[in-house]
Amino acid sequence: MPLTREQVEKVSLLARLRLAPEELATMTAQLDAIVGYVEQLAELDTTAVEPMAHAVEQTNVFRPDEVRASFDRAEMLAGAPKADGQFYLVPAVLGD
Amino acid sequence: MSVLELSARRLLDEMAAGRLTAVEVTQAYLDQIGRHDRDVGAFLRVDAEGAIAKASDVDERRRAGRPVGRLGGVPVAVKDILASRGELVTCASRTLEHFRAPYDATVIAKLKAADAVLIGRTNLDEFAMGGSTENSALQTTRNPWDLSRIPGGSSGGSAAAVAARMAPLAIGTDTGGSIREPAGLCGVTGMKPTYGVVSRFGLVAFASSLDQVGPLATSAEDAALLLEAIAGHDRADSTSVDAPVPPYSEWIGQPLEDLTLGLVREHFGPGLDAEVERAVREAVRVYESLGAKVKEVSLPHSKYCVATYYIIAPCEASSNLARYDGAHYGHRTDEKAMLAERDAERRHLESSGETAAVDELDTALVRMYRRSRSEGFGAEVKRRIMLGTYALSAGYYDAYYLKALKVRRLIRRDFDKAFDDVDLIAGPTTAAPAFKIGEKVDDPLAMYLVDLYTVSANLAGIGGISIPCGFTAAGLPIGLQLQAPPLEEDRLLRAAHMFQQATDWHTRRPPL
Amino acid sequence: MSEPYAIVIGLEVHVQLLTASKLFCGCSTKFGAPPNTQTCPICTGMPGTLPVMNRRAFELALQAAVALDCQIAPFTKWDRKQYYYPDLPKGYQISQYDLPFSHGGHLTISDAKGRFEAKQVGIIRVHLEEDAGKSVHDEQAGEADSRIDLNRAGTPLLEIVSQPDMRSPAEAKAYLDELKLLLVYLGVSDCNMQEGSLRVDANVNLHIAGAGGEKIATPIVEVKNMNSFRAVERALAYEADRQFEVWRETGRKLGDVPKQTRGWDDAADITRGQRHKEESSDYRYFPDPDLVPVTVSAKQVEEVRAALGELPAALRRRLETTYGITPYDSDVLVNQGQELVTYYVELAEASGDGKMAANWVQQDVLRTLNEQGASIGAFPIRPPQLAELLQKVRAGEVDTTRGREVFAAMLASGRSAAEAMRALGIEQVDESQLVELCRQLVAANPKLVADVKAGKLQAAGAFIGQAKKLNANVNPNRVREICLELIAKG
Ligand SMILES: [Mg+2]
Ligand SMILES: [Zn+2]
Repeated sequence: MPLTREQVEKVSLLARLRLAPEELATMTAQLDAIVGYVEQLAELDTTAVEPMAHAVEQTNVFRPDEVRASFDRAEMLAGAPKADGQFYLVPAVLGD
Repeated sequence: MSVLELSARRLLDEMAAGRLTAVEVTQAYLDQIGRHDRDVGAFLRVDAEGAIAKASDVDERRRAGRPVGRLGGVPVAVKDILASRGELVTCASRTLEHFRAPYDATVIAKLKAADAVLIGRTNLDEFAMGGSTENSALQTTRNPWDLSRIPGGSSGGSAAAVAARMAPLAIGTDTGGSIREPAGLCGVTGMKPTYGVVSRFGLVAFASSLDQVGPLATSAEDAALLLEAIAGHDRADSTSVDAPVPPYSEWIGQPLEDLTLGLVREHFGPGLDAEVERAVREAVRVYESLGAKVKEVSLPHSKYCVATYYIIAPCEASSNLARYDGAHYGHRTDEKAMLAERDAERRHLESSGETAAVDELDTALVRMYRRSRSEGFGAEVKRRIMLGTYALSAGYYDAYYLKALKVRRLIRRDFDKAFDDVDLIAGPTTAAPAFKIGEKVDDPLAMYLVDLYTVSANLAGIGGISIPCGFTAAGLPIGLQLQAPPLEEDRLLRAAHMFQQATDWHTRRPPL
Repeated sequence: MSEPYAIVIGLEVHVQLLTASKLFCGCSTKFGAPPNTQTCPICTGMPGTLPVMNRRAFELALQAAVALDCQIAPFTKWDRKQYYYPDLPKGYQISQYDLPFSHGGHLTISDAKGRFEAKQVGIIRVHLEEDAGKSVHDEQAGEADSRIDLNRAGTPLLEIVSQPDMRSPAEAKAYLDELKLLLVYLGVSDCNMQEGSLRVDANVNLHIAGAGGEKIATPIVEVKNMNSFRAVERALAYEADRQFEVWRETGRKLGDVPKQTRGWDDAADITRGQRHKEESSDYRYFPDPDLVPVTVSAKQVEEVRAALGELPAALRRRLETTYGITPYDSDVLVNQGQELVTYYVELAEASGDGKMAANWVQQDVLRTLNEQGASIGAFPIRPPQLAELLQKVRAGEVDTTRGREVFAAMLASGRSAAEAMRALGIEQVDESQLVELCRQLVAANPKLVADVKAGKLQAAGAFIGQAKKLNANVNPNRVREICLELIAKG
C-alpha cells in the first residue's frame, strides 16, 4: 500500500518536524520508495528467530550507587538557547 | 625523506631518537593542510595553535626524559562527532553548529593521554548519515584523487585528510561502512573494529547498536597503533566489551599461517564494477601467493542487509536525534517569528470562521520544536528521522523494526557459519569507485545501496578493514575489504599488513 | 453501599527509590537543591553521553517486587518511551515496556475499623524507569516562558500498577497506606509525597446495573495531580459522582469515547479535563540500544526473599498473637513504622503487659511525639524506664492519672519512675491509714451513704474525689472498695 501524504504529515508531527508542501511531496515519494524496498524482508520466515537488538549480547552491566560531583550550572546552561541563570526557558508548556 | 612520507610508526621512532621534533612534524602537517585543504575541504577546523602547543609540550617532556604517551607528538585528525571538553562538536549539522561539549569523549581522553597532537576536526555527513560526505551542512569535501568526486562517507573528511597526507592518522566512525567505504574510495586503510572494542562514550550517536569508532591511516601498521591507543573497556559505556586490548602493533609483523580466505558468492554478482572485481580478484591471488587458501562461502541473507540496516539505523536515529529540539542546547528557531506565525494562523482561522481548527493549531512549544528541528536538520537526516519514526509508530513496529531485528540475527548466523570454514572474508569494499559530487543526491535509495558490502559487519557486530588494492584506469582507488569473526582485530590487521608488505598500493599518493 | 453502581479503581503509583545517585549517572538524588545544580551531561541527555545502570536501584526494585509477591522475570530489558516535553531532555524516557522485571503480584488490604472486608489487590506489574525533570509554569499560563529544572531528571522510579481491584475510595486509601508502609519498611523509598517521592494516578470507572440486570461499564478516566492520599479519596469520590451524572445524561459506555485524562484541582475540589492530542499516546517504544538486558536467577530471587525480614502484615499478626492486642492496636503500632514497633515490643516484654504497653504507647508516647514533632528514636524515656512506671501502675503503687503526671515528670527531668514519684511526693498510703481515712469520709457523708444503700453505686465515686483532696496519694480503686465495704457493714 503506497504511503499517503496524510500519513507522512502525521509522522512529521510525531517526529516534531515540519515539512513545507513541496518537501512533503518529495518526502512522501522518497519514503514510499524506501519502504517499498525494505518490505522485501516480509518474504523471510522469521517465526522461530529471536530478535537481535544488540551487536554484542551482554547482560548485567551496572555501576555502583556512588554520587559523583554534578556539573557546574553555569557550564550546563552555557549552551542553552534561552536560560535565566537558574532555569532553561522554553515557550509556555501550558497555554494557547 | 619528507616528514609527510613517514608512517606514524616511523615518526615515533624518529622523535624518540631525537632526529625529529613533534613541532617539526606538526608544522609539516599544518603546512600540508595550508597547501591543499582549500581544494580538498577535509577539515572543518584546524587547531594550529593548540597543536603546536601540544607538540612543544611533548618535545619538552621528551628532552627532559619524562614519560610521553604512546602517540607522543603524532598528529591525529578527528571526525567532528566526538565530544572534547570546551570545544565545538558540530556533527556537520546546523543544529549543533555552535555547540560546545562540556566533557571529553573516552576516545578523546585516551588520545589526549596518549599525547597525540589533535590537529583538527574533519568533515562528515551530517550526524554520520551518508556515504559521500555530501550531507554535511557546513562544507564540501572532495576526493584527493579526483576533486570532482566524493571522498565517500560519512568519515569523508578523515579519509581525505589521510589520503592527502594532511594527517598521518585520523579517527572515523562507522555505522554502516562510514570508515571502510571512504577509506576504500580514498585509497587509505580504515578499520571498523568489533562492536564494543572502542568506547562510544562521547561519540554523538547515530544508531547506537551499530556505531563504532575506528582508525584511518596510510597502513595497517599505523592503524594498529591508533587502535591500540583508543580501544579498551569503558565503564561509561554499557555496551563496551570487557576484554584486554591485544598489543596489535607489536604482533602485526607476524604473518598469519594456514590462512583461509573466504570469497562470498553473493558479493560477486551483478552490479559489481568490472575494474573493482578485477582488482579484488588480483588481491586474492596475492594472498594465495603468500600461502593462503581460498574458499567460496555463502552469506545467504546478504541481499537483505541493506533493507535490514535501513530499518534499524533510522529507527535508532529517530530516537537518538529526538534530543535536538532546541530546548536545552543547539539551534532554536527565532521565537518572535514563531509566535507571529502562530498569531497570524490563528487570526486567519478565526476570520474565516474555522474556530474549531484553532484548537488543532500547534502550540507555541510544539511549533518551537518543529521549526527548530526543521531548520536544524538537513534533508537526509530528516528523511531518516521520518523513516524511523514511521517504522516505530503504532501498527508498524512488528512489520518493520521487530522483523529487521530478527533478520539481523539471521545475518549474524550467516557469518558465524561462514567463519566455521574460513578465517577471514575478503571482497570489495564498494561495488564501484568514487562517483561524481552531486551524482546521486536526488536518489536516496541508490545512495543507500552503496553500503551493500559494508553494512553487514555493523549488523553482525564484527570487525572489518578496507585496504587499497589497486586503481581504476581513471586513477581512482579501489578498496579490498576483509572481515573477521568478533574480536579478531589482530587477525584483520596482520592479514592487511601481510598484503601491504607484498604490495605498494597503500604508498601511492594522490596527484595534488 | 447505597449508590446504584460499583466504583472500579486501579492505581498507578510511582515511588522514588532510596538511592544516593541517579539511575544512570552519578548525580545526587537529594531533594531541595537549587535548580539545575544536580545535573551532568548524562542526565541532561547531551550529545554523545551514555547511561550506565545503578546496581542499588535494581536491588531495591527487586526487593519491592518480591515483597509484593510478584513473579520476577529471568530476563528483563530497557525500552525507550518517546515523547517530546521540555522536562525530558533526551526526547525519550528510559523505562520498561514489554518485558518488565516483574509482574503478577498482590497486596492485602484490610480496614481495622471494619469499613470493608480484607482483600487482595492484584499487582499487574512493577517496573523501573527514570524520572523526568520539573517544569515550572507561569501562573497565568500563556505567553510567559516555562522554566525547566532538570535536577530530578534521571532519578530512579519504581512504577507499581495495580489491577482495578478497589471498589471504594476507602479501599484505594488503604491500598496506598499499606503500599507506602511496605516500601518504607523495606527501605525502598521514603514515600514522601511532599517531596514527590510518591505519586499516584488513578484509573476509575463505574459498573452500573442496567435495567435488565446487565452490567454497564462507563468510560475509564485517568485522574492525575492528586498530591495527598486524602486528595486521592476525594478525587475518586468526586469522579464517581461525576461519571454517574455524565452517564445519566449521555448514556456513554466504555469504548464509546477514548480514555480521558482529568486533573484533580484540590482547591476547587473537582477534576478537570486535560487537553490531550491523539498523537501523543504513540510512544514508539523500542529496546534501548545503549543499555544491556538484566538477568535474574531463581537463586537470586530466593536470596532477596530470605533477606526481606518481617513485612508489616506478618508483623501485625505476630503482635496480636504474642501480646494479645487487638487488630486495631497492632494496625496503629505497625503503621507507625519499624522503630516504634521495636519500642513497643521492648516495652511489652519489660513490663510484662502487652495491652497496657499498647495503650501507653498509643496514648502517651505517640501523643508526646506528635506534640513535639519528634521521632521515637530520640524519645528520652526508653522502654525499660517506661516499663518500671507501668509496673508500678499495675501494682497499684500509683493510679493511671497520677501515673501520667509521673510520665510527664520523667519526660521533663529525665528521672526514673521511682525518682519522679518521690519528687512528686507520691508514696503508697498505708492500708490502716487508708481505712481510717475512709471511715471518716463515710461518717461525714450520710447523704452519700444513703444513696449507695439505695443502690446508686456510682455515688461512691464522690468518696474518691474527697479522699484525693485529703491525700493525693490514695489509690482511687482502693478508696472505692473500702468505702463500699464500710457502708455494707455499717
Ligand atoms: Mg511511568
Ligand atoms: Zn547526571
